[in-house]
Amino acid sequence: MEKRAIKKSSLSISENGIEEKKSTRRLEVLKTYKIYIGGQFPRTESGRYYVAKNADGKQLANVCLSSRKDFRDAVVAARGAFGGWSGRAAFNRGQILYRMAEMLEGRKAQFIEELTQQDSTKGKAEKEVNLAIDRLIYYAGWCDKFQQVFSAVNPVATSHFNFSVPEPTGVVSIIAPQNDSLLGLVSVIAPVIAGGNTCVLLASESKPLCAVTFAEVINSSDMPGGVVNILTGKVSELAPWFVDHMDVNATIYCENDSSVQKMMQEKSALNVKRIIFYNSVKWDTEKGQSPYFIMDTQEIKTTWHPIENIAGSGAGY
Amino acid sequence: MAVTKKKSVKKNNTIKLKFDTSWLYAPAPESKSAATIKPQYDLFINGEWQKPSGGKYFDTINPANEEKLSEVADANEADVNKAVTAARNAYEKVWKKMPAKERAKYIFRIARMVQERARELAIIESLDGGKPIRESRDFDVPTAANHFFYYAGWADKLEYAFPNRTAASVGVAGQIIPWNFPLLMAAWKIAPALATGNTVVLKPAETTPLTALKLAEIIQESGLPEGVVNIVTGAGATGAAIVNHPDINKIAFTGSTEVGKIIQRSIAGTNKKVTLELGGKAANIIFEDAPLDQAVEGVINGIYFNQGHVCCAGSRLYVQESVSKQVIRKLKDRIESLIVGDPLDKNTDIGAINSKQQLETIRKYVKIGKEEGAEMYESSCSLPGRGFWCRPTLFTNVAQSARIAQEEIFGPVLAILTFRTDDEVIEKANNSPYGLSAGVWTDKGSKIFNMTKRMRAGVIWANTFNKFDPTSPFGGYKESGFGREGGLHGLLPYVKLIN
Repeated sequence: MEKRAIKKSSLSISENGIEEKKSTRRLEVLKTYKIYIGGQFPRTESGRYYVAKNADGKQLANVCLSSRKDFRDAVVAARGAFGGWSGRAAFNRGQILYRMAEMLEGRKAQFIEELTQQDSTKGKAEKEVNLAIDRLIYYAGWCDKFQQVFSAVNPVATSHFNFSVPEPTGVVSIIAPQNDSLLGLVSVIAPVIAGGNTCVLLASESKPLCAVTFAEVINSSDMPGGVVNILTGKVSELAPWFVDHMDVNATIYCENDSSVQKMMQEKSALNVKRIIFYNSVKWDTEKGQSPYFIMDTQEIKTTWHPIENIAGSGAGY
Repeated sequence: MAVTKKKSVKKNNTIKLKFDTSWLYAPAPESKSAATIKPQYDLFINGEWQKPSGGKYFDTINPANEEKLSEVADANEADVNKAVTAARNAYEKVWKKMPAKERAKYIFRIARMVQERARELAIIESLDGGKPIRESRDFDVPTAANHFFYYAGWADKLEYAFPNRTAASVGVAGQIIPWNFPLLMAAWKIAPALATGNTVVLKPAETTPLTALKLAEIIQESGLPEGVVNIVTGAGATGAAIVNHPDINKIAFTGSTEVGKIIQRSIAGTNKKVTLELGGKAANIIFEDAPLDQAVEGVINGIYFNQGHVCCAGSRLYVQESVSKQVIRKLKDRIESLIVGDPLDKNTDIGAINSKQQLETIRKYVKIGKEEGAEMYESSCSLPGRGFWCRPTLFTNVAQSARIAQEEIFGPVLAILTFRTDDEVIEKANNSPYGLSAGVWTDKGSKIFNMTKRMRAGVIWANTFNKFDPTSPFGGYKESGFGREGGLHGLLPYVKLIN
């Protein structure tokens, strides 16, 4: 019953502007699409907006046109959350990612609705939401396993115990895929946070609705504020700041624009940022998920400690 | 109480060893006759020695006496182009197609030949770079040989290294290495590149080209197919020609963060893969419960190993306040007993500074340290009249914000700071744009793991320092670069993962 009710009401949102004719009973409450910084939903500090439209030019929502200052605030939030998130038990991170999948499953109808508003067909939208849920489950499972696959105990020739483990790079800025507005978003966020990083993400510019609604999913999944921060706005305006910032450790870019790629590589030298391009990844296939995506934002730490020489001290086995 | 009072003398926990008079070591110089250095070296391109097309040569000198050792070719863009073409041909026609187990055998052979000529290589390394023969003999050369040996074995086992992926070679690798561990860095670069099926154009540093050229002789002798490894000598312009060459697929650089950033900018807009092994300012942390004498030895090794010309040198010492006086006194006593002098003498602890330019950099920082208000202490040892020398030096009362605590000096200069709590020292240690290495000294296991986990650096030494092994990955966090060298993780920078 409840689901049906949601569906019904959301359907009338999709016909925004003609509610009067249809609903004489009550006025539809429209959602304000805001950004997500440090676990809160502020509007952009700039007070600016842009109108998200579908392919037919129909207005979908007034969306925050985030500024450089919003991005800086988000980086502060992400840096503040990094110690706690990376220090959490990997098992616990897995639980939270799993919780995100649960929340997404529960709000499936809303996402299908938003995707269809943004020019997807119903069948495609449903498939995309299902894949996004499954992708979260996939990475939830990796949270406490990829370390085992990519670690090593190194047989050094001296009398030392030596091991290498992956650790998160730090704060990652992400320009989300422009087309798969939900699946792409989930596919780039999940491996980054599964590995213990925190991130600031710029949503698809033309299809921002799902990103904001996904922030609500994150916000109700016991995810600490600041681990994921989501902005909406223009790639052309914000991309340089995403890669300029001295407290960002890595930047992910998912489009094939070679001039943006070159700009990013040049600016990355400012603080030896790690630059990761996902320009030919098909997110709706099996190739869109892998523990190697997690490893893209990991560092390898090697630790040494001396071993008392057992043979030398005369003890036998 | 009265009895003890009667007997009491001024308490001093450190027993000073007096080396100044009758305890002087007799000189034990290694003989130069075991090494052959030609008066002139050309470029090693396509398996043969080729004259530089510009006809120019530059001198390489012994920094311990400023005497010329040899002159080496200065490669220009045309020479680099020749080397890249040779490497490309070798890659497409020979190396890429060769069965991996055959590739492995060539690399094993090079490892063996480095071992065979170890003594000669060690002597030349010390002559050309100024490092003590004890270090080049016992560390640089054997570790270089072991590195070839280790990666040789990986060549036909790559399918086990990357689960669920196939590792394909990248193509031609351009490699630029520094002057602090000339042969070892060449091995670190060449061995994994060859094992993964790539071919190489390598440029040694302009002040220390000789062991790389000796390695070229070994490579020639080993019968490695021509063009698989090319070695071109020159300065920054030669390096830039490599970095900017359009037919190079991969750049591997070890050197300063400054140059690393230039390289990162230069390759923007290309598809070149890159690994950067850059500077560092390692925090070495002593807790009050540490075995202090061992810790002091570790700190000495951490900063004065190889004259402090080590990117992972423990150049920032954090001592817990309760033991700081004791540790500083022990350090001062210990640097007094370090033997500074002839790199070829087997007793020498600290050799010559690699170049005049580097000596000036170190002096500049010593001056800055004094001006910033820190207290300087240096060994009272005498220095040879000719050559480039620097006494082992330490600064106390250093502020966290001081330039000598923030910037890489790359010399035998230690900055000492103090702390009270774990959280405080973590905050201070991580307060650096660098993140290459770190050290911690304590007797408590749980504290070790707390510290090693929270320090943001690629290599952490607990109750030891400056240890290296071919099986052990090495590389930085943050502005100390990215990519790993050594171990299983050192393969990744030289492969493309395909399905």
